[in-house]
Amino acid sequence: MLSIPILGVSLADFGWIVLGLMAMFGALSGIVLSLTWLERKVLGRLQRRLGPTRTGPMGLLQPIADSIKLILKEDIVPSSSEKAVFWAAPLIVVISAFMIWVTIPGTHAAVVKNLDLGLFYIIAFAVVGILGLVLAGWGSANKYGTLGGLRAAAQLISYEIPIIMVVVSVAMLAESLDIREVVNGQSSYPYLAVQPLGLVIFFIAGLAEVGRTPFDIYFAESEIVGGPFIEYSGAHWSVFFLAEYINTFAIAALVALLFIGGWAGPWLSGNWGIVWFLIKAYGVVLVIFWIRGTLPRLRIDQLMAFAWKVMVPLSFLTVVITAIYQFYDWPAWTLTIMSLVGLVAVAIIIFRKMVGPANQVAEVWARQQALRAQTAATEQRTTTGQ
Amino acid sequence: MSWFLFILLAVLTLGGGLGVVLTRNVVHAALALLLSLIAVAGVYLVLFAEFLALVQVLIYGGAVIIVLLFAIMLTRGSEYPRISDNRQWPLAALAAMGVLGVLIPSFLINSVDNTKAQSPAFTDLANSLFTRWAIPFEIASLVLLVALIGAIIIARTGRDEG
Repeated sequence: MLSIPILGVSLADFGWIVLGLMAMFGALSGIVLSLTWLERKVLGRLQRRLGPTRTGPMGLLQPIADSIKLILKEDIVPSSSEKAVFWAAPLIVVISAFMIWVTIPGTHAAVVKNLDLGLFYIIAFAVVGILGLVLAGWGSANKYGTLGGLRAAAQLISYEIPIIMVVVSVAMLAESLDIREVVNGQSSYPYLAVQPLGLVIFFIAGLAEVGRTPFDIYFAESEIVGGPFIEYSGAHWSVFFLAEYINTFAIAALVALLFIGGWAGPWLSGNWGIVWFLIKAYGVVLVIFWIRGTLPRLRIDQLMAFAWKVMVPLSFLTVVITAIYQFYDWPAWTLTIMSLVGLVAVAIIIFRKMVGPANQVAEVWARQQALRAQTAATEQRTTTGQ
Repeated sequence: MSWFLFILLAVLTLGGGLGVVLTRNVVHAALALLLSLIAVAGVYLVLFAEFLALVQVLIYGGAVIIVLLFAIMLTRGSEYPRISDNRQWPLAALAAMGVLGVLIPSFLINSVDNTKAQSPAFTDLANSLFTRWAIPFEIASLVLLVALIGAIIIARTGRDEG
């Protein structure tokens, strides 16, 4: 009998999976178009602008105009680049971005193929996407590109660890790696209520993983002028762009599924749950855009220090407290308290980091003022003495 | 079907392996290694070992290759992308032949009945790993920890001298 081993399915099921994949491509393309429009509008409002207004009502046709522009642009391949690597890199990035979505469910039924090891599968293919960025940087035969590729490797590998550890703690709470089981496990309360620290770590590390501001360090325009994407143009560049938005929405969807209860919500049940899922996921996306409009970019050393000194230890803490909670079968609020203690620790660390330089500046300024007053006083004394 | 898939994956694995040995460019060698390792993950899938396949993709396909590329780009490998055989190749060939000489007879002696291939449940795997095989598992993690601390010590002493 014909069977595809990973999916363990018959030929008829295989047909359904192909149909599901096509539906997924369609849905994701629509979501990416909506996200580009939403980002322009939200950023515009945050910066007291209107955003796109000329193309269609409220600029709704802007994404279509953008995509036509991108496809029609000349596709330039640098003459000294490694042709094969240059071509393969965007494909690796976008294929891994699509692969992740195979097992992300919109509702209990709206999933291409639910896997028992779903969360693990997502992590495995997210790592492969990093490879594409490194190869893009190297294949461009450009120093900025190579630098960006190196930054991408360092940044994304570092932030992969907290994501994995938080996913482990969520899987321990749900006692399953199956995303549908994780959502079902949140029927009485969302994991946001018991594991707020996990949510914060997952969200921050997720931002770093898709390279959104304040973690857009590996392609920072003002430093390395686009990093791995520097030599890409036209359709090639738009493939990276597509992958970035798909990944952004994947992080938002995972936050919604793992911590905010996925498609569960009042009034709507069954397949209508997808409305709740979309509301929650788009809500997270709006927070991501809000952060982009508000925070400045970090430096690479700050980023790495934050990953290894704050995020990694705290993500291990989430696993340890979840294990203690599960092992001794304590009531749920104990985990909430333990998690909140961790969260307060993060808040204090970030606050001190942010206030520290400002305090130093204030100190130096006060010292200068005192010095100036002193010199002025001595000058006055000497002039009056003469 | 699974026979056909196996042949395809075997060709990819061996082709990737040959690519690693034959190419003169270090980064191309790393890419060929990636192809080979991913194809091995495919072989695990044919054997219904989903978890092992995903681990293969995560650890070898992702992390190891990225760290490898990272090292190549950071060192002077990128300035001298063309590698050639060095004097150790007869030794390496001897070692490879020795491993092959052990592997082929062992497969011939212990004939594997591949019709009984089945995927162990993930929870069963975890249970046996953390109960029956807990001590080997911990020893393996200890070895990794020693390697990690060793790397840090080597890196730090290098920085102090420089």
